[in-house]
Amino acid sequence: MATFALIDCNNFYASCERLFQPRLRERPVVVLSNNDGCVIARSNEAKVLGIGMGAPMFKIRRLVEQHDIAVCSSNYALYGDISDRVMSVLGASAPSHEIYSIDECFLDLDRLAVPSLTDWCRSLRERTRRWTGIPVSVGVGPTKTLAKLANRLAKKSVKAGGVLDLVHHPAWIEAALRKTSVGDVWGVGKRWTVMLEERGIHTAHDFANAPDGWVRQRMGVVGLRTVHELRGLVCHALEDQPPPKQTTCCSRTFGAAIHEKGQVHDAVMSFAERAAEKVRHAGQVAGAVQLFIRTDPFAQGAAQKSLSGSATFHRPTSDTREISGAVLRIFDRIWREGYGWRKAGVLLLDLGMPGDASASLFDRIEAPDDGLMSAIDQINARYGRGTARLGLAQNDGEWRMRRENLSPSFTTRWTDIPLARLA
Amino acid sequence: MFSFVDCPPKRECPLFGTQVPAGFPSPADDHIEGKLDLNEHLIRRPAATFFVRAAGESMRDTGIFDGDLLIIDRGISPQPDDIVIAILQGDLTVKRLKKVAGQWHLAAENAEYPTLPIGDDCEIWGVVTTSIRRHCGR
Repeated sequence: MATFALIDCNNFYASCERLFQPRLRERPVVVLSNNDGCVIARSNEAKVLGIGMGAPMFKIRRLVEQHDIAVCSSNYALYGDISDRVMSVLGASAPSHEIYSIDECFLDLDRLAVPSLTDWCRSLRERTRRWTGIPVSVGVGPTKTLAKLANRLAKKSVKAGGVLDLVHHPAWIEAALRKTSVGDVWGVGKRWTVMLEERGIHTAHDFANAPDGWVRQRMGVVGLRTVHELRGLVCHALEDQPPPKQTTCCSRTFGAAIHEKGQVHDAVMSFAERAAEKVRHAGQVAGAVQLFIRTDPFAQGAAQKSLSGSATFHRPTSDTREISGAVLRIFDRIWREGYGWRKAGVLLLDLGMPGDASASLFDRIEAPDDGLMSAIDQINARYGRGTARLGLAQNDGEWRMRRENLSPSFTTRWTDIPLARLA
Repeated sequence: MFSFVDCPPKRECPLFGTQVPAGFPSPADDHIEGKLDLNEHLIRRPAATFFVRAAGESMRDTGIFDGDLLIIDRGISPQPDDIVIAILQGDLTVKRLKKVAGQWHLAAENAEYPTLPIGDDCEIWGVVTTSIRRHCGR
């Protein structure tokens, strides 16, 4: 029988912050989105205080002071490194795995011969916590959708102890479906939830028993697959070989609206540099580049504008000089004075492997690789991102993210490693 | 796959090998044995390995000094006489784990510092496997 496990890190970002800052274990913790805007992660204590997911910081300021809540800016260097560690522990434990997000991983346990799967999951959970410091929950089901549903219940129920196996306890499946609201089923979004609720479908159990024809007509084949998965029919296999990326993007929301051309220029040049770096890191080259800048759609009364432009490379490239040159030409072409710009981004499109594209008859002969890009990448790998850069932009403009409560990069920068007291 | 971001880039020293002008095969080529990699030597479980910096004098007699770099392997279960990182009053603290007459203690390696019995609020964060001290500042 097909056996899938979904492992999900509990309050992942908050758990990462607590790993090297034990004092935060005694306080509720929230983590804010880029620019310190909204709450994107909460410790259990913060959830109990009624702080909702997505709550804007200015609305919870009173609660923060009242309950001495620790507020952290998001530290993706830290979360990314800890995620790598968790995924490598999980990946080494099973024949195949699929990294589903920064804090979730599917395992295929089909061919795993162990006397008690629940005990095996408990020890995997304990090993992950011990090795990486991150607590996880494990849900096991005959389909990915049921594994995800089991995981949610494993996390909520004290009795489950962080593990719920629906494959070896098929009698529990019906109760699990009844306990889960339809909106919490994997793949059922907000719009579908409203539609289903209006038609009297409130739980995953109601949904699993909806007639096929009706589901297909209303929600297409995607919805029907979800229903089948809830009934235990496998429709989604493990995707352990993600297809190579077709596009890469570097975009940011600025700390405040920017009017001055030079400031926006500096920002987009930095994004071009970063996007080129990402493509080189993946060993790819880009065939085209797109630049966009836009104003703040939430700024009331301010003039709104969204601009973009793109360019194609004669020969696919990953060279920062070519990419930033193209971005600069687009920028000069699309720029308009008189707006407060709030977001910008550089997308590299049509990604492929070098040498994939055959040279056309009219290609200019490229200068042979002078090694500058790989030299810059090596310096930055050794001494930290941004150590060696082309003189394209100032690095400390107003567009930089607001991150007032950023924790150190405990695991990715020598100057930031934690101190241990010898006292 | 997993890559250990925190490690310094591989510093590779050839075990055996010579620089030769391009075009001529080296008589040593058949005898190259690979490179020495400090990461491989010092780190058994990359996913469970963390670096911390020592601050203070309490472990002086065991040879850990202020400013030393410590390698922690959280994959090792702590046993008596291991040097460990413990959480004491909200801080990461380096001590030697001791078991005396059934009672666990955290001992300093410096007579000027106390040995503490382990209470319920104490957690062993990880086991120290290695300390690294730089002897030349430049």
